[in-house]
Amino acid sequence: MNSIVIWTIVILAGLGLVLAVVLFIIAESFKVEEDPRIEQIEKALPGANCGGCGYAGCHAFADTAVKAADLSAHFCPVGGNEVMKKVSAILGYAVVEKAPQVAVVRCNGTCAARPKVNVYDGVQSCRVKAALYSGDTLCAFGCLGCGDCVSACEFGALSMDPETGLPVVDESKCVACGKCVKACPKGLIELRAKGPRGMRVYVDCRNQDKGPAARKACANACIGCGICVKTCTHDAIVLENNIAYIDYSKCKLCRECEAMCPTGAIHGVNFPKELDREGIKARVAARKKEVSNE
Amino acid sequence: MSKITFAIGGVHPDDAKLARGCAIEVLPLPQTMYVSMAQHLGAPAKPIVAVGDKVKTGQVIAEPGGFISAFVHSPASGTVKSIAPRKDLAGNYMTHIEIAVEGDEWVEGVDMSDTLVIGIPEDRQLILDRIKACGVVGLGGATFPTHVKLNPAPGSKAECLILNGAECEPYLTSDFRIMLERTKEIVVGAAIMQKVLGGCRTVIGIEENKPEAIAAMRKAVSELPYNIEVISLKKKYPQGGEKQLIQAVMHREVGSGGLPISVGAVVQNVATSLAVYEAVQKNKPLITNTLTITGNCLPVEKQHNYLFRIGMPLSYIAEYAGGVPEGAGKIISGGPMMGRAIANLDAATVKGSSSLLYLTAESTKRGQESLCIRCGRCADACPMGLEPFLLNRLYKAGDVAALEENAAQDCIECGCCLYSCPAYIPLLDNVRQAKGMALGAIRARAAAKK
Repeated sequence: MNSIVIWTIVILAGLGLVLAVVLFIIAESFKVEEDPRIEQIEKALPGANCGGCGYAGCHAFADTAVKAADLSAHFCPVGGNEVMKKVSAILGYAVVEKAPQVAVVRCNGTCAARPKVNVYDGVQSCRVKAALYSGDTLCAFGCLGCGDCVSACEFGALSMDPETGLPVVDESKCVACGKCVKACPKGLIELRAKGPRGMRVYVDCRNQDKGPAARKACANACIGCGICVKTCTHDAIVLENNIAYIDYSKCKLCRECEAMCPTGAIHGVNFPKELDREGIKARVAARKKEVSNE
Repeated sequence: MSKITFAIGGVHPDDAKLARGCAIEVLPLPQTMYVSMAQHLGAPAKPIVAVGDKVKTGQVIAEPGGFISAFVHSPASGTVKSIAPRKDLAGNYMTHIEIAVEGDEWVEGVDMSDTLVIGIPEDRQLILDRIKACGVVGLGGATFPTHVKLNPAPGSKAECLILNGAECEPYLTSDFRIMLERTKEIVVGAAIMQKVLGGCRTVIGIEENKPEAIAAMRKAVSELPYNIEVISLKKKYPQGGEKQLIQAVMHREVGSGGLPISVGAVVQNVATSLAVYEAVQKNKPLITNTLTITGNCLPVEKQHNYLFRIGMPLSYIAEYAGGVPEGAGKIISGGPMMGRAIANLDAATVKGSSSLLYLTAESTKRGQESLCIRCGRCADACPMGLEPFLLNRLYKAGDVAALEENAAQDCIECGCCLYSCPAYIPLLDNVRQAKGMALGAIRARAAAKK
């Protein structure tokens, strides 16, 4: 009886030992040499696998970063500069700092401002809707309101405002991965620099119609009048295809354009003080007078 | 009852050809017309007139923008008022030439008489040149330039020309009316195309729900000196689909991604045949087409078949016919199965316009979508042998490789799946997107290979 127990233990232990040796030999001979830095980088990355960097996921990012000559093509928008500092340290490359960005929806065609002329009863998907026609309103450029951007966001940073029918970006959650930018068939979402303490000024419209047509389509539309371009003293605004665009690298956040815009298409956000519209208008008028006197 | 039809799938909607008794009426000219530069498949045409130019009816105002493109002609005489983007049916912008109509003075060299010209030019190239110069495109819906289709690539040979008179879409009667009223011209047009294709077998296929058209066509064929057959087809949607018609008539299947010519077939619509006749025999450019005004909320006495000039705004035609009827919930351009709801009634008619269809809100309402129960009705109904429920699921998962494997690119967007789905799943909408994704992947690969 005892001998059976002993023999069983001996045989099983011996078998285990032999197989362990075999496994060890196989593992050694078929070992895949991987750069240890790949694992280190992967650990430093947030692990969201969102693809915001342009690579298939965090592993692909690490794998290509190790092989790259510098980090100019690698930036993790989710981790931001913090994570990129760690990655640069692992690889011994120079740190490439980028201004933090945030998704900005460039349409302010609220239900109140943009009267509907058609009723859509099809699939609630912007992509499907865009393939069928230009939209429920006279504006062929504005938000379709089916929320493809909301479903594309993996960080819960986007939501539809039922009152305006437009998507709203939660800046605290947005990591600027750019998925919503790709999801919007109208190309309305832009990644813009967050700005100092989140302050930024942008044109809240992409309507390329001429003034009267744009105005008819939407009360909040940019009508391409060019007042903002004339007002701006920093050369930050360009007017193309009847639409103004503010270059955020040149904008000094003076908010003059915002005050002067006749339709309210230019928006400043996260400013501590409310816009002093009348004060700015008086200031701009005085400056113009000065120039004409000279 | 005819048994000639395609092998699998198809549905049987009520044909509702309400305007079948309405003879074609000619619409008077409006004050302003807008001629779109994108009236055909392929590259948009390029305007060759300038603002302020005087144009005559039938004068070339835009030339092809590429190999697959077509000439565009002025639909009336007058002055070019503007060349600017204007909203089309779907509300998207396209360059239009605006013409302030001053009269109807035609360019020289056009035979305006009604006499039937039977003698066909001997020179094949001359025929093709005339078809191209007259801007003829396929009027069955796809608006593919006809001169390209009639000139198959070297190495491929046309064995059968099929004239499509199926008009399987419910409500539409424009093809039916021209088959009754312009019968002989259509037959001569077919004979011209037969000649261009090297004298192949030629068949005119008509659905059996149009016995008058079949009888008229048979009579015309027997009276004219050409070798053309008339076939009665089973009434089944989408009998007029190109690949379905080839299968019905020739018992051949066009392979995935292949063109009809790969099995030796060329399919042309009867309206295209009429346009070919007018181009070759009369030197008349394609500036008119037939359009049906019909619908289930329109009394029959208010329904019409109109001969319209291409470029008339739809709103003008609607107004002329008595305005948009009360109770119209949806206005559709094209048939109820494949047509698109019109978002902008001010849009101008194009070469391919075939109807103005007023349907009640009740009849166009979508049911509440529920879950797929795998009943398989969509797969049974699909005339291309696809599995729409599967493509729908793969589309939602974004699996492009699997979509391609399951032939999403072969969808003909006929809508049989959506029509037959008891769960009201928007199969057509989603499969159409899936098709776009699969085609995009195939094109990207082909471009990378180059």
